Amino acid sequence: MPKWFVPLAAVTALMFAASPFLIANAPYEATMGLVQKIFYYHLPSAWVFLLSAIVCGIASARFLFGGSPRQDRLAYAAAELTVLFGAIVLVTGPLWARKAWGVWWQWDVRLTSSLMGWMVAWAYLLVRKYGGPGSDKLAAGLALFGMANVPFVYISVNYWRTIHPATSVVPTLPVDMGVALWFAVACFLLLFVLLLRLRVYLEEQRARLDALYLSLDE
Amino acid sequence: MHCIFPWMNSLMRVLVLLLLLVSSPAIAQQPAPDQSQQPKQTDEFVPISQLPAQDQLPAAPLLVTAYAFVWVVFFAYVVSVGRRLTKVQHEVERLESDIAKRT
Repeated sequence: MPKWFVPLAAVTALMFAASPFLIANAPYEATMGLVQKIFYYHLPSAWVFLLSAIVCGIASARFLFGGSPRQDRLAYAAAELTVLFGAIVLVTGPLWARKAWGVWWQWDVRLTSSLMGWMVAWAYLLVRKYGGPGSDKLAAGLALFGMANVPFVYISVNYWRTIHPATSVVPTLPVDMGVALWFAVACFLLLFVLLLRLRVYLEEQRARLDALYLSLDE
Repeated sequence: MHCIFPWMNSLMRVLVLLLLLVSSPAIAQQPAPDQSQQPKQTDEFVPISQLPAQDQLPAAPLLVTAYAFVWVVFFAYVVSVGRRLTKVQHEVERLESDIAKRT
């Protein structure tokens, strides 16, 4: 593992421990009150979910056209993180919606396209695990589809009728809310980098193991 | 003819009448006071059980569940990757020692 990993992990852990205090001090939203504070973890996890799908898609494209196993390992790691952060988005969102909208789920375009992106990431992992020989390239094709879905998820709230808040909410946040949000975003981004590196390291070790088995057979 | 305002002379009465005529459209065009900013008069008592679902729910359990879920998922994932990594590293070490013995 690189030298920066442990210090960065310590900084990230401290930041995550501090984040609830900043969030608690942020003002209550006028119409939703306390439950709106889910936003401070929901939005950063949604951004990292989309970022992870993009990383997976780009690495898969580079693997498909360049054939680099390093890019394949990166794509595999990013796909798993897409599932992880997608699960957080798809659980915290309904918990917030239950109070704010009166329902757990709406089949509107933002929620449905997010669910679809999450299912594509699941499909990637399942194809890699059970697809047999050649599944890496088939999964890479799925990752491209998952990446193409990302802009659709992001802009959907601005073009279709939906009860999900629009993207214009973030630039108009008051300072107290903005500080808590951007701190949480920094926490989630650092955690994403750390988990991605850790997961890539696991894939590197697996590749090393495969190479050892091959050398043993020879 | 008796006047209702005996202290007004005829000129004053004409001026007041003109003033009323001129100002009445302006008064009529003034916006009505904003009803939405005033609290509504209570005309019935509604039991809390009849409120919409989102108004009945306490927010705190939802908030705590959301934050607890995030922390538990992160912790579980780090433990999961750590266990997988330990397993693979032990196997790598075992194979390396096997190869070293053979050579």
